[in-house]
Amino acid sequence: MIMDLQRFLAAERPYWNELEAMISNMEQEVERVLDLRSAKRFHYLYQRAQADLAKLSSFPAEPRVRRDLESLVARAYAEIHESRDKRTRLAPLVWITRTFPQTFRRHAWAFALSLAVTLAGSSFGAFVLYIEPGVKSTILAPFPHLHGDPSERVKHEEKEGGERLAGHMGGFSASLWTNNTRVSIMALALGMTYGIGTILLLFHNGVILGVVGLDYVLAGEGKFLAGWLLPHGSVEIPCILIAGQAGLVLARALIGWGASESVKTRLRQIGPDLVTLIAGVAILLVWAGFVEAFFSQYHEPVLPYSVKIFFGLCELFMLFLYLGFTGRGKGESLAEEKTRS
Amino acid sequence: MSEARTNALVIRTPEGVSFTLPLAGPVTRFFAFFIDLLVIGALTTLANVLIGFLGIISPDLMSAAMIVMYFVVSIGYGMALEWHWRGQTIGKRVFKLRVVDEGGLRLKFSQIVIRNLLRFVDALPAFYLLGGLACFFSRKSQRLGDYAANTAVIRSRPTFDHVLADVTAGKYNSFRDYPHLEARLRQRVSAEEAALATRVILRRDQLEDERRVELNKELADYFRSVAEFPEEATFGLTDEQYIRNVLDSLYKTKETPKAG
Repeated sequence: MIMDLQRFLAAERPYWNELEAMISNMEQEVERVLDLRSAKRFHYLYQRAQADLAKLSSFPAEPRVRRDLESLVARAYAEIHESRDKRTRLAPLVWITRTFPQTFRRHAWAFALSLAVTLAGSSFGAFVLYIEPGVKSTILAPFPHLHGDPSERVKHEEKEGGERLAGHMGGFSASLWTNNTRVSIMALALGMTYGIGTILLLFHNGVILGVVGLDYVLAGEGKFLAGWLLPHGSVEIPCILIAGQAGLVLARALIGWGASESVKTRLRQIGPDLVTLIAGVAILLVWAGFVEAFFSQYHEPVLPYSVKIFFGLCELFMLFLYLGFTGRGKGESLAEEKTRS
Repeated sequence: MSEARTNALVIRTPEGVSFTLPLAGPVTRFFAFFIDLLVIGALTTLANVLIGFLGIISPDLMSAAMIVMYFVVSIGYGMALEWHWRGQTIGKRVFKLRVVDEGGLRLKFSQIVIRNLLRFVDALPAFYLLGGLACFFSRKSQRLGDYAANTAVIRSRPTFDHVLADVTAGKYNSFRDYPHLEARLRQRVSAEEAALATRVILRRDQLEDERRVELNKELADYFRSVAEFPEEATFGLTDEQYIRNVLDSLYKTKETPKAG
């Protein structure tokens, strides 16, 4: 192509500068929406810059200008080809009553698998403890307060009346929340190991639950165990399972079993669902941490076990209703279709 | 992920135009991350001092707030800044890096969250070994979080401002105070004249002194005849600086329509 480069640059530069100014404005205000006139102008400038880039590509001189123009076109391209459905304001109520439970149900298979792995781990843990009681301190190494005789612990805790944590419950609750959220994020992130890491983490959690459960039942302290674990565990354990669910959804997208889309498309599709699931987990864990610090640590005679067990069962039932039935029908099939397409 | 490594992200638009974005390497990214760690440390220290006042009301509340704050800052720092600054944190800004969508599209919030949450697995077993290895072997220098989120980290390129800075020598343009006269300049100065003036300024060192002074005078006189700026705007300006100001006024269009 024969072109007077200097003239071309001089003629086009004002348009590039105008485009750059528009992009900089848009980049500074993420939620800004262009009016029709500005959008038309922006589109015109983008197309013009793109055409200029195509012209410059065939011109060996001025590599710096070409490089700069590439950068400008790239930024404009990202703005023009908006991949978000639409800019929506954060609507917490809609998110709580629809988005989260619907997302959970959409990937119910992964939750079922997560539950199955945990149950398998529990059974394995209980079985191992039954045939070899000596393994308790090895399996429960990170939890020294569970190493001793369960009946001794029950006696001690009942005598103490929950005073051990007096004045530290806020800090205890916060550390429970951060620790559980960290474990949940890890369960999600380990989905990148094609789910192997997530499954191992869930299985390991199950083993611990199985060992502790059988240990207390064999010691005749099943009621204490239920009263201790149910109030917070009825939310905390499902949270870890949901985090595992997210990890398995990620793993499935990576593996792509029977899917016709590319791995990148699959990962793009499930991205928002992963964020929804893990955000839901983090919120639910706030409640679990609060209950564990301020409620679960009180035992008889301060709090009757029947009350604690009843409270825990109520929570579990409400969580079941929430995740199983909230937001049913309200655009659920549409959301499902969008995830598939 | 084990494909041959390239150092550029090539994107082809639906209109058939290709452009490339230079990818950031693992080492630069590590240094940027190190700066971010320092910033997180500074932020949490500062927040701890402020939260310390809560101890007057309740030491337990203070302890809870500190634990939660550290967790939220360390996890949320990358997410908040990458969202607010379009793929940049302070560390990335220092090293002129930017997170972009792998396909050149605009970053979604979910992408930012995923790439930051997956740091947990990238950091395994220690010192980001897994993420570093993935980044090293990945065709697009992606750690696992980037791969899952469909993102890549590129080196931000300077844009046209530096070309203009060459022209204007980075000095304040007194003509900016007279937008109506600048508009007249834009209206009356042709592309050829502007191009000629740009060439004279950018190649000033290649011209003989006498010839340069002569050319500058000729051009400045011409521009003065096109639009006459008041004396307070031109006082003390050499011919060369006059031309630089004119070029700045011509090229740096600030009257972008206000969006929204």
